[in-house]
Amino acid sequence: MTKRFALGIFEDEDVLLHAVENVRAAGVKIHDVFSPYPVHGIDDALGIERSRLPIAAFFFGMTGLAFALWMQIYMLGFDWPMIIGGKPHISLPAFVPVAFELTVFFTCHGMAITFFTITGLYPRFKVPVMDVRATDDKFVMAIELDETSSQFPRLTQLLRENGASEVNQKEMTNN
Amino acid sequence: MATLTHHESATAEQLVVTDGARKTFIAIIVTGVVLLIIGILAQVMGWGAAEHSEAAGHAAAAHGAAHEEGSSVLVKRVLVSLWHSNLFFLGVSTVGTVFMAINYVAYAGWSVMVKRISEALSAWVIPGGVIMLIVFLVGRHDIFHWTHEGIMDKGSPNYDAIIAGKSGFLNLPFYLIRTIIYIGIWAYFSWKLRQLSLQEDLNGGTVWFHKSINASALFLVLYAVTSSMSAWDWVMSVDTHWFSTMFGWYVFASWWVSGIAAIALTAIFLKQAGYLRALNASHIHDLGKLMFGFSIFWTYVWFSQFMLIWYANLPEEAVYFNQRLGGFEGRYTFLFFFNIAINFVFPFLGLMTRDAKRQMIIMKIVAIAILCGHWSDFYLMLMPGTLRGDNGFLIEIGIAAIFLGAFLILFTRRLASASLVPVNHPFLDESIHHTT
Repeated sequence: MTKRFALGIFEDEDVLLHAVENVRAAGVKIHDVFSPYPVHGIDDALGIERSRLPIAAFFFGMTGLAFALWMQIYMLGFDWPMIIGGKPHISLPAFVPVAFELTVFFTCHGMAITFFTITGLYPRFKVPVMDVRATDDKFVMAIELDETSSQFPRLTQLLRENGASEVNQKEMTNN
Repeated sequence: MATLTHHESATAEQLVVTDGARKTFIAIIVTGVVLLIIGILAQVMGWGAAEHSEAAGHAAAAHGAAHEEGSSVLVKRVLVSLWHSNLFFLGVSTVGTVFMAINYVAYAGWSVMVKRISEALSAWVIPGGVIMLIVFLVGRHDIFHWTHEGIMDKGSPNYDAIIAGKSGFLNLPFYLIRTIIYIGIWAYFSWKLRQLSLQEDLNGGTVWFHKSINASALFLVLYAVTSSMSAWDWVMSVDTHWFSTMFGWYVFASWWVSGIAAIALTAIFLKQAGYLRALNASHIHDLGKLMFGFSIFWTYVWFSQFMLIWYANLPEEAVYFNQRLGGFEGRYTFLFFFNIAINFVFPFLGLMTRDAKRQMIIMKIVAIAILCGHWSDFYLMLMPGTLRGDNGFLIEIGIAAIFLGAFLILFTRRLASASLVPVNHPFLDESIHHTT
């Protein structure tokens, strides 16, 4: 499916931040903003909701903790009991380091995989890029257009008024 | 949402310590005195003596020829709890300067808003140090086993070969010199950084900032050594036979997280009283992250020490945890688990979410819990080694309250003696616009 976007190119992050506020105030929905580096305050300006990733992280961590405890209790307590240091087969203090490590392991891997899956930033051969200069020294604001691009002239004017150095149209093929 | 170009003017703010606040501090001291008197009466009248003598008997049996010397249990309890509370407040007070020094060295901007609080915390360093020396000179026999008469003397009936082997380090002149050096270094640098900061307020310019960075870097190196060594001297040498290589970090972690909790708590109280207008939820959030993180750090150090000793199970090491887990009729067992619950589980679960760290009420509760929790952590470090089965709570809490009141009087006086916002700090603007 092909989508059309109006791309406003900005030179400066402060100008971009104000433009984001003004464009949204004018009732235009911004698809996304691309920048060479993280811009402070852009999330709030774009009205992006807070990520729910921490909730997922908590459950990944709990999974890791449960797995680690189960694994050690089953292995050392039931499957192949061994006497180590004269301690009981199931002695929790000895299990804490492994439980901690596996909690961290499950949390970080789970978070990374969830993040890449949801954002679509996982590695692939054909990477859709709005404007390649957003990886260098330009800030790109993308606004989705409808089939006929009828609102493009109005958007061009709005973006120019708010400091865009150029406004382009781009077709993106969704894969 | 504060965008980067939105400017608020940062003006000097002068704290006025109200009569009400002063009365509260006095009331804390009076409460402490009342608790102390009740505690002394309880000890003298022997309330709950049956249980007490039994426990004492056990302790004596368990330790065979315990070198009992001098003072009655009452005097011992007062001296040990003076040492205990003073140790805690002196540590928290020093952490104010350490926190500031770390922020200077790291070129941190966000913390400028709470810088004056950490400066003022160090108002207690000199009084605390003086009390430390006095209590040591007066009551060392009741606190430190190794100061007993003849204990390092081969002919004496008190002779203890293990302690005698440590005489190169644990002897009176060297110990006193070390104590004076630690307190001297801490007092000098807290004074120095405070002076530079006040000069900056008056004169402006970045020269004070760079001087502060140099002083901070030097202080941090010295503090790294002195904090660790003071922990051996002031806390670990109480259990003279016992040793742990983690101990310096353990004590430092306890002081450090309490100091951060104290800074956060003060910032919240000031904010709620209408001061620190430019302090926003992000500053509270960052202090919350530090409290959260260093609670875990404390637990990490605590557990590392515990697990190695538990695993190796060498008698000379394991006795430390034997005493605390079930020794003396299990007097310390509850406190042992309470210590982990309040210093790890509670801050860990309470401050886990982002929203919790941005809520003043939750931050307040957790900060108070951390401060109480680490005071009782020091209780647990000192009491089994000194009072053994004779510990109690009324005298100890009473003395802690007296210290708290006095600490708050000096702390607020220094807070009120300069602007709450360091108006000429080069990173002030960054701190005002701090967002996370």
